Amino acid sequence: MSAPSVEKGIQAIKGQIDAPVASFFSACVHCGLCAEACLFYTETGDPKYTPINKVEPMRRIWEREYTLFGKAKAALGLSKEVDADTFAEWETLVYDGCTLCGRCSLVCPVGNDISGMIRKIREGFAAAGYAPEGLIGASTRAVEIGSPMGVKLPAVQAQIKHLQKNTGLDVPIDAKGAEYLVLLSSMEIMNFPEYLEAIARIMHQAGKSWTIASKAFEATNSGIQIGVSDIAKLLVSRVVDAADELGVKTVISPECGHAFTAIRWDGANLIGRPYGFEVKHILEVLDEFVKKGLIKTEGMEDAKLTYHDPCQIARKGGVVEQPRNLLNRIASNFVEMEDAGEMNWCCGGGGGVSANERADELKLTAFNRKKAQLEALGVDTLVTACANCRLTLEEGLEENNMDIPIVGLTEMLAEYLVEDDKEQA
Amino acid sequence: MDDLTLSERLRQRGVSRRGFMKFCAATASMMALPPIMIPKVAAALEQARRPSVIWLSFQECTGCTESLTRSHAPTIEGLIFDHISLDYHHTLQAAAGDAAEHARDEAMKKNWGEYLLVVDGSIPLGENGNFSTIAGISNLEMLKEVAEGAAAIISVGTCAAFGGLPMANPNPTGAVSVSDIIKDKPIVNVPGCPPIPTVITGVLAHFLTFGRLPELDHLNRPKVFFGQNIHDRCYRRPFYERGQFAETFDDEGARKGWCLFKLGCKGPTTYNACATAKWNEGTSFPIEAGHGCIGCSEPNFWDAGGFYRALSLPHTNVGETILTAGAAGIAIGAAAAVLNRKRKSDAVDNRETITIKDLSKES
Amino acid sequence: MDANELLAWARGSGFDIALTIFVAGMLLRLLEVLALGNKPDLSAPRGSGPKGGVQTLLSRNLPRKAVFDREPLRIINGYVLHIGFFIVLFLYGPHIVLFESFLGFGWPGLPSGVIDAVGAITILSLIAALVFRLNNKVIRFISTKDDYVAWAVTLLPLLTGYLTYNHLVASYTMMLALHLLSVELLLVVAPFTKLTHMFSFAMARWYQGYQAGRRGVES
Repeated sequence: MSAPSVEKGIQAIKGQIDAPVASFFSACVHCGLCAEACLFYTETGDPKYTPINKVEPMRRIWEREYTLFGKAKAALGLSKEVDADTFAEWETLVYDGCTLCGRCSLVCPVGNDISGMIRKIREGFAAAGYAPEGLIGASTRAVEIGSPMGVKLPAVQAQIKHLQKNTGLDVPIDAKGAEYLVLLSSMEIMNFPEYLEAIARIMHQAGKSWTIASKAFEATNSGIQIGVSDIAKLLVSRVVDAADELGVKTVISPECGHAFTAIRWDGANLIGRPYGFEVKHILEVLDEFVKKGLIKTEGMEDAKLTYHDPCQIARKGGVVEQPRNLLNRIASNFVEMEDAGEMNWCCGGGGGVSANERADELKLTAFNRKKAQLEALGVDTLVTACANCRLTLEEGLEENNMDIPIVGLTEMLAEYLVEDDKEQA
Repeated sequence: MDDLTLSERLRQRGVSRRGFMKFCAATASMMALPPIMIPKVAAALEQARRPSVIWLSFQECTGCTESLTRSHAPTIEGLIFDHISLDYHHTLQAAAGDAAEHARDEAMKKNWGEYLLVVDGSIPLGENGNFSTIAGISNLEMLKEVAEGAAAIISVGTCAAFGGLPMANPNPTGAVSVSDIIKDKPIVNVPGCPPIPTVITGVLAHFLTFGRLPELDHLNRPKVFFGQNIHDRCYRRPFYERGQFAETFDDEGARKGWCLFKLGCKGPTTYNACATAKWNEGTSFPIEAGHGCIGCSEPNFWDAGGFYRALSLPHTNVGETILTAGAAGIAIGAAAAVLNRKRKSDAVDNRETITIKDLSKES
Repeated sequence: MDANELLAWARGSGFDIALTIFVAGMLLRLLEVLALGNKPDLSAPRGSGPKGGVQTLLSRNLPRKAVFDREPLRIINGYVLHIGFFIVLFLYGPHIVLFESFLGFGWPGLPSGVIDAVGAITILSLIAALVFRLNNKVIRFISTKDDYVAWAVTLLPLLTGYLTYNHLVASYTMMLALHLLSVELLLVVAPFTKLTHMFSFAMARWYQGYQAGRRGVES
């Protein structure tokens, strides 16, 4: 435990450089196509947001530490240093100007995973003390309180009471041996309580046992967003421990982007061992239920609507078809925006950007990309499956005086659910 | 030794005036002189008295002399050759021993400053020049001595012009060219292994006509004969352009007369008149006979990497170089890899765990 | 040194030195990369890593529509440049002889006149690439000296080759010598510039593709 320092930052980055990263830097030919895929560049026109430029400090460290030629250059004083000024200059590029959306990684002709590198370089920035205030605060709250927004169990319990009144359904807490462990994101608890209600009704209809964990109801992982693996590990371990303790078969990640990345892909690598349970996104589970006939829907929404693909769920998570399968059942006028699917544009608020007040203006500028996509379609409703996207989109729409209500897919599906008429006491 | 002019001599041998003019026209055109010069060439040759020529043969194979003098039927070139007063030539002279050397001395004294010195063969410098001697005098000494009184020197054949075969790696006799030794006389290099006969007589005719040597290139070769490379005048050039190459000496391409680049033809980098003047009175030249040009009129053609190795190939064994370099690369790479691993594991091992308290600069 | 001597050196020591530095240098870079290791992914796989690796090796050969629509000319120029370069390098008779000498096998080539035309187009394409690099604000921003050096050493062999073939500027012997020397310069410089991408592109595509294939996500 020691104060952050440039030295610590550099050491952290050194430790993050692996063979893939080295191959990426060796292969980059400065073609600049990554910029054409990044909404922070396309909407600001500022070339400093070119994705490969965001990781330039890491490249310098790689070159001088891990290549003979680079060492020789450094000895002759021919290469640029990484110092406090570097960290200061690049902080907004690495945090404010990047949502880790991964679009750049998909378009790079030589196959570089640039967003992966940006995730890695954040380790160094955080260790050097150059993480944004907002993210430090969110991480602190997540670690100390249990949720980055400071939501505590009583708040959840209050929600559950509402739910019980509305639906007559129970929300099991810490039920050992349940098949599914349901996680929630602070955003959902605070802003979109309809989600939990939808879950309850769907699970009941499907006849599946489920529970939430009192010690680990939070899915959001601030550690991933600020880029500190130690904190990410701490947070994800709460979920893993609870899942192990309760002996569940499947952990369901809620409508939240980075929560899915954290629990589905990063978790096992953070704790250093494979899980004893499966992890699925709620959309995967719903799609399964529908395909197996466990839940049925009736009726259709006839408003013209479209679907926004949350980056971590579609592009980075591989859950692209499922929301479309589900939407096609309950929407008669579902139109796709241009670049829909794996290449969809980020909302601009993921990867910690929405928790970083300093980035507000930039985020709103970035929203112009989504604005253009929506204006080209002329829809009445926007559906998505990430609470953070939802909030960011709502802010953007309001700023631009666009009157398009946003609804979560799970919540929407529940509206058209065919339920048996028995009420549970 | 009579004192007939060339035209009188030719008349004596039964060459008509018409035949003589035809020869002058051919000579003029071969030297790229305009037609208006033909009468001038004729007039000069007609009146040409017999210049004294001393021919020194050093480290040579006599191939140059053979090329120049062997003919199945007398040619006008041969007659020209007869016209010069060849006062000293090992192969052709009748005298031998002291008598021959005495003849040389006499010719030198009588024509001091005016005689032509023709040299074939390289000059060995090793063992104090004793690898090759004539009458007890080393080639080196004899060359210096005779060159002093010469009006001009013609180095016939690649050996005299550039060192030739004796100079090939490892050059055991320390062979050098005439130009390496004589620096203060006009020298014409007429290379080739051997040179084309008409090239020699063309140079001589030029000298007889104008009293000076023809225009020379950067290697002192007459531009008129050595100014174009074989590739540019080769009749097989269309096949090169079409990418049709013979792969072996008896494959379909070879039989069809395709380009011989892949079989080592050095045509593109060889400057000579073979493709146009050809050999044996215009009969053929190596490429036409199915063998690639070996570049015999160029310096160091023996050490240019092999007659059958294409120009686009390096002299060395590429496969071997790659394997050796590969081994070196793996060795250096392994060392660098070990270094990298250590640095990385140091960085990973020495990393302190970060808690929320370690994030703010101010704390 | 005259043209003959220069050519002899270029075909002798010059080639040896250059090829040695190229092979050893590239191997060094490769091992430096591999040494850093790649931790195995402990998350539950959804698909096959190797399949993803292979797929990505191929998929990145074509641009995504969204990006292509933004920079069509520049992207097409990149293809012309690379494809033209490969045609000239691998389908010209005299070059095929070189490859045959150490591979043990050759292949049919294109007519030399066609190669000449392709070479000219490639040179123009390279010049266009430089124009793009200087005029596009993104690329100009991220460009370093390395980019310009790599451009120059790639242009020279093409240019000298073209001039040699067409007997321009100097004697064939001198131009051929310059052509070989420019190739040797390229070989010597390559391992220390972004030209390493000729090998590392495959590694990068494989690494990302492997992870993506394992996760069952697009790549």
